Amino acid sequence: MIAKRQPIDQFAADLPRERRDSVAASAARTTESRVEVLRQDYRDPDALRRLAGQIKQHTVEHLDEYLAKAVTQLRSRGVRVHFASDAKEARSTILQILREKNARKVVKSKSMATEEIHLNEFLEKEGLEVLETDLGEFIIQIDGDTPSHIVRPIIHKNRREVAESFERHGLGAYDDNPETITRRARRHLREGYLKSDAGITGGNFLSAESGRLVLVTNEGNARFSMAANGLHIALVGIEKVVPRDQDLGVFLNLLARSATGQQMTVYTQFINGPRSEDQPSGPEEMHVVLLDNGRSEVLASDCREILRCIRCGACQYVCPVYRQASGHAYRAVYGGPVGAVLSPLLAGKDFASFADLPKASSLCGACNEVCPVDIPIPDLLLRLRNRAHEAEIASPGSPPMTSFARLGASPKLWRTAMTASRAMNHLPIQMLPVKPLQDWLRVRELPEWRGGEFRKWMKNRGDSKPVGQK
Amino acid sequence: MMSSEETVFEAIRSALGGLEEKTPLPDYDPAMLVAEGRLEGGSLQEVFGRNFRAVNGTPLSRTADLIALLEEGDFGFGYCDPTLGNSVGRHLEEAGLEVVYEFDRDRHNEYRFGITVATGAIAESGTVILNDFETSDRLAALSPWVHIAVLERAEKKIHRTLPEALAALGDCPNVVWATGPSKTADIEGILVEGVHGPGVQICLCIDSY
Repeated sequence: MIAKRQPIDQFAADLPRERRDSVAASAARTTESRVEVLRQDYRDPDALRRLAGQIKQHTVEHLDEYLAKAVTQLRSRGVRVHFASDAKEARSTILQILREKNARKVVKSKSMATEEIHLNEFLEKEGLEVLETDLGEFIIQIDGDTPSHIVRPIIHKNRREVAESFERHGLGAYDDNPETITRRARRHLREGYLKSDAGITGGNFLSAESGRLVLVTNEGNARFSMAANGLHIALVGIEKVVPRDQDLGVFLNLLARSATGQQMTVYTQFINGPRSEDQPSGPEEMHVVLLDNGRSEVLASDCREILRCIRCGACQYVCPVYRQASGHAYRAVYGGPVGAVLSPLLAGKDFASFADLPKASSLCGACNEVCPVDIPIPDLLLRLRNRAHEAEIASPGSPPMTSFARLGASPKLWRTAMTASRAMNHLPIQMLPVKPLQDWLRVRELPEWRGGEFRKWMKNRGDSKPVGQK
Repeated sequence: MMSSEETVFEAIRSALGGLEEKTPLPDYDPAMLVAEGRLEGGSLQEVFGRNFRAVNGTPLSRTADLIALLEEGDFGFGYCDPTLGNSVGRHLEEAGLEVVYEFDRDRHNEYRFGITVATGAIAESGTVILNDFETSDRLAALSPWVHIAVLERAEKKIHRTLPEALAALGDCPNVVWATGPSKTADIEGILVEGVHGPGVQICLCIDSY
C-alpha cells in the first residue's frame, strides 16, 4: 500500500470526473487546431519555433542591454518606468501610482504577472475596487477561484457552473447559453469600464528598439480599458523584452497559433506612450512597472531557458499530466509543464514545497515539441529533479531506488541480474507477500522476462550496419 | 542605498556574469514568417477581403451596401468621425439614418454603430489597422455593436504581409490591429462574438472622402 502520494498525484486522484473531462476535452481540441493552423501556413513550423527560441535565448542572455534600451525608449516618449525587485515592491508601487491620481476604481485586463503578485487581494484590502474584465477572469473573480490555465482561466469549468455563478452574483436568472452569459457580462463590465479611474494590464512583449509594449486580447478588454479611463499601468516581467519590432512578427505569429489556434489574436495593441494630443479617449498617463520577482535568480540558474516562455499555454494543453490533473494541481500561478519548471524556481527558499512538480512528468517531450520558443522543458525538469535529489528532498510515494541505482551502475552486476531474473518466469509471483506488487498485479499482467536478449543480439549482429549507412 | 532600478540591473548583470558563451542574435528574412498560402489569387484588396471574411469581418466597397446592412440590422443611430461628414456620414443621413459627429460617453448604450477612419489594413491576416492619430475617438471604434473602419484608397494602404505592416508602424504611440469582431471562447471553447468590443466589424473601402 502506498502510504503517501506526491501532492500533485493526490490532487489528480481527488479531481472530480466532470472537471477532468472539461480540461482534457478542451485541451485536446486546442492542441489539434494549433497543429492544423501551423501546418496549413508553414512548410516548416519547427524552423520558426527554433528561430523564436534563439531570438529569446539571445535576448535573455543580453537582458541588461535590451532592458536598458527599452527603458530609454519608453522614458523618451513620456512613459513613466518603475522597477520592482519583488512582489511586495510591485504592489506598493502600483498602489502609490493609483493613490497619486486618486484612483479608486480599477479595471484589470488578464495578466499572469498580476496573478503572480496577488495584486487584486492587496488592492481590495487597501480599499480600492478591482474589476477583472476578461470574461474568464471575471468568472474566476466572482467565484473566488484561481485560473487553471494561462490562456483559458476557466478551462476547468463547464457552462452550468458559470450560469450558476452568474445567478448567484445577481447577473440574471439561470441561463447556461454561452451567448447569454457573454451578453450579460458585456453589460455589467461596460458599466465598470466607464466608471473606472485606471486600467491595469500585463504586457505580452516589449520591443527594445521602439519601447512598444504589445498587448493582445481577443475580447478587446485591454483596448476598452485604454479607451475608458485616463491612467494605464502595465506590470511587465523583465523577460518580456524582444530586440526589435521586426521580431514581434515572429512572436505574434507563433503566440496566436499556439495559444488558441488562431492566425492572429483579434486585438493587437502597440503602445509606447500616453494617448496622442487630439485623442479624446484614453490614458493621459502611462506607467510601466518592470517586475523581477525571482526572474534574475532564474537567469542565474541552469534553467534560464524557461525565461523564453511567452505564456501561450500550448504545453499545458498537450501535457498528459496536466490533462489528468488540471492546472490547480500545480498549486501555483503557472500550472502544467511550464509551471513545473517555473514554480519551483520562482519559489526561491520554498523550493521544497514544489519539488514534486518536476517529478510529475513522464518526460514524453510533447511540451518541448509544441513550445513556440522551443524550451527544452524535459531537460529542465531533469535538472530540477536532480536539484531536489541533491537537496535530499523526500519523494513520497516513490519506491526506494538505491539498490536499483547500485545495480544500474555496474555492468557486471547488471548482466548477471538480467540473466538470473529469468527465474522469475518460473516463480509464482502472485503469491509474493509484497503489497505494492499485489496491487500492481491486480490490474496488470507481468510479461514474460526476456532480460539479456538485447545484449545477446548486439554481440551476435556481427558487421551488419543499419540500413542506409555506408 | 541602491534604487530598485539599480538593484534589478545589478541582479541581472551578476546572473549573466558567469556566462561564457552567448547565443548570437539570429539573422533571418522576415519573409519566412509569411503564410504565403493566404496571399494567393486576386488583387491586394481581394485578398484582404477574403482573409477579413475568414475572421468573420465584413468587407464592403460601396456605401450603399453599408446603408443596406445597417438598415437590415436595425442599426438606426450611430457615431461618425467628422472627417467623414461630407462622404459616408452624409450618405447615411440622406438614407434616413441618424448620425452624430461627437461621441458622448453618457449615451454609449444608444450608439448602434461607430464609424472611424482606418490607417491601413493587412492582406495576409485580414486585419484593420487603427492608429491614435486617425481614430477620432477610441471609444467610438469599440463600444457600439457595429464598427465600421473606413479605408480610403485601399490599394495603396493595404500591406501585403504582417512583417511589412510591422515595418510601417510609424511614430504613433498607439496602434491597434483589429482582426475581426471581439470574441471569446472562454466557456467550453464555444465561440461567442461581441464580448466588449464590436460584434460586427466592417471595413468599408472607398476611393476618397
